[in-house]
Amino acid sequence: MQANTIQNRPIIEVKELSKTYPGRVEALRNVNLSIPRGQLTTLLGPSGCGKTTLLKIIAGLLNKTEGNVFINGQPVNGPGPERAFVFQDFALLPWCTVLRNVAFGLELRGVPGKQRNEIAMKYIDEVGLTGFEKAYPYELSGGMRQRVGLARALAVDAEILLMDEPFASVDEQTRRKFQEDLLNLLKIEKKTVVFVTHSIEEAVYVSDQVALLGPRPGRIMRVINTRLDHAENVEDIRRDQRYLNLVEDLWQILRQYLI
Amino acid sequence: MIIFGRRIPMIFALLIWLLVWEAIGRAELLFLIPPFADVVRAMFKLLATGKFYQAVSVSFIAFSTGMMISISIGIPLGILMGRVRFIDELLGMWVNVFVSAPLTAIVPALMVLTGFGQTTVIVTVILFSVWIITLDTRAGVRNINPSLLEMGRSFGANKLQLYTKVIFKAALPEILAGLRLGLIRGVRGVIVGQLLIAIIGLGELFELYSRSFLMDRFWALVIMIFLFAYMISEAVNHLEKRIEFWASTR
Ligand SMILES: Nc1ncnc2c1ncn2[C@@H]1O[C@H](COP(=O)(O)OP(=O)(O)O)[C@@H](O)[C@H]1O
Ligand SMILES: [Mg+2]
Repeated sequence: MQANTIQNRPIIEVKELSKTYPGRVEALRNVNLSIPRGQLTTLLGPSGCGKTTLLKIIAGLLNKTEGNVFINGQPVNGPGPERAFVFQDFALLPWCTVLRNVAFGLELRGVPGKQRNEIAMKYIDEVGLTGFEKAYPYELSGGMRQRVGLARALAVDAEILLMDEPFASVDEQTRRKFQEDLLNLLKIEKKTVVFVTHSIEEAVYVSDQVALLGPRPGRIMRVINTRLDHAENVEDIRRDQRYLNLVEDLWQILRQYLI
Repeated sequence: MIIFGRRIPMIFALLIWLLVWEAIGRAELLFLIPPFADVVRAMFKLLATGKFYQAVSVSFIAFSTGMMISISIGIPLGILMGRVRFIDELLGMWVNVFVSAPLTAIVPALMVLTGFGQTTVIVTVILFSVWIITLDTRAGVRNINPSLLEMGRSFGANKLQLYTKVIFKAALPEILAGLRLGLIRGVRGVIVGQLLIAIIGLGELFELYSRSFLMDRFWALVIMIFLFAYMISEAVNHLEKRIEFWASTR
């Protein structure tokens, strides 16, 4: 019973969060959001509505102006080992090989070389980069670089993955493949994911729930359950009538907020 | 170099100029310019004298000591200026003034502080080289992609790890560029320091040769110093080429 209540409690709680950048840019206003454990929640909204700002405050990379973020009931005041970030521009160390990049989080934690390389190899395999461990980032395509970024985030074994438009700098075909692979990967790795995108299709495809953000100052407009049964083949989702309906529904909601 | 649509290696350009030099020298147009062949002969003669090695070693000690101090001040200072707004605002003006100031004019004033000896030469080397190292390091730190820093922080890097494992390495292309320029300026610093005040080392030889119109030796010395500066700059350049790829994907 006790375990059950912990499991049911949202892993991330955002309470009355506001953020104003220096120069009076009000990026977020009174954001409230609960993110359930073990699910993939997407922040969806037009460019400039504050998605990255919200995600970075959850990550502890940015200071909030007002309100609070709680992770497992603890207020956030900086980055922590239970959260790992996947960057839109990959943020790989160009002087390090794929292996060393993937192991970087472990290196910072002082995990001995042999052990961290073993762990890193496991995740390099998992994201489909077997054979590229000695390559440097400049030798990889955008899609492959982001796989390195994902493997690095998985390698530190954080409960929460924070992904900021991870596929935005990747071409369309690669992006679709990557989305499928991500869903398959999340079946093995039980993670809570907060995923930022401005693509409605991508949001519906990958998410269990979608939080819609309105234009600046960012507020949560609606939270919509978009859970399709991911146990089925991920390749069939795009043909699923429920998927197509959801995409259309979300568009109908979002267009109200556009002028 | 391209002549009549054909690529000619750079070395030919050099050869042509050396021939011009030789011709002017032979024609005895200017007593300042002896035939190049004489200069080469003088070079070998110099290489066989003890006085030359003594001068070289005094100069090299001043150069390397000065450069070591320059590097160990310039790089940390540049990193600090790149990271800490307050320090940048406090020192930025001075570094920018000194990097382009006619420092040679200041050198004689150093005499008052540091006397006539080796110390003055070392200080001159530092004065000539430290600013460009600082400025280029600062530029390198400023050029770092902010998400690389966020990445470091989000994966739990402490301050020291952030500086050693991310910031320093990400700025290394610019740091090396600054180092290369700093070394060349440092060579100039040795000669200027030795010529203007402390008449020792290579500066003393320069003094001697030009005063007694031994122009072949004078030029031999100039060429050897030039070669030395060229070689260290090429060595750093080689390092720079090896890490060129960092800069593009940073
Ligand atoms: N460092 C900053 N300083 C000032 N304004 C900023 C800064 N970062 C973002 N903003 C502004 O805050 C708003 C939200 O930005 P962001 O969170 O990046 O939006 P999104 O990720 O949804 O595109 C934008 O209008 C942006 O211009
Ligand atoms: Mg964004």
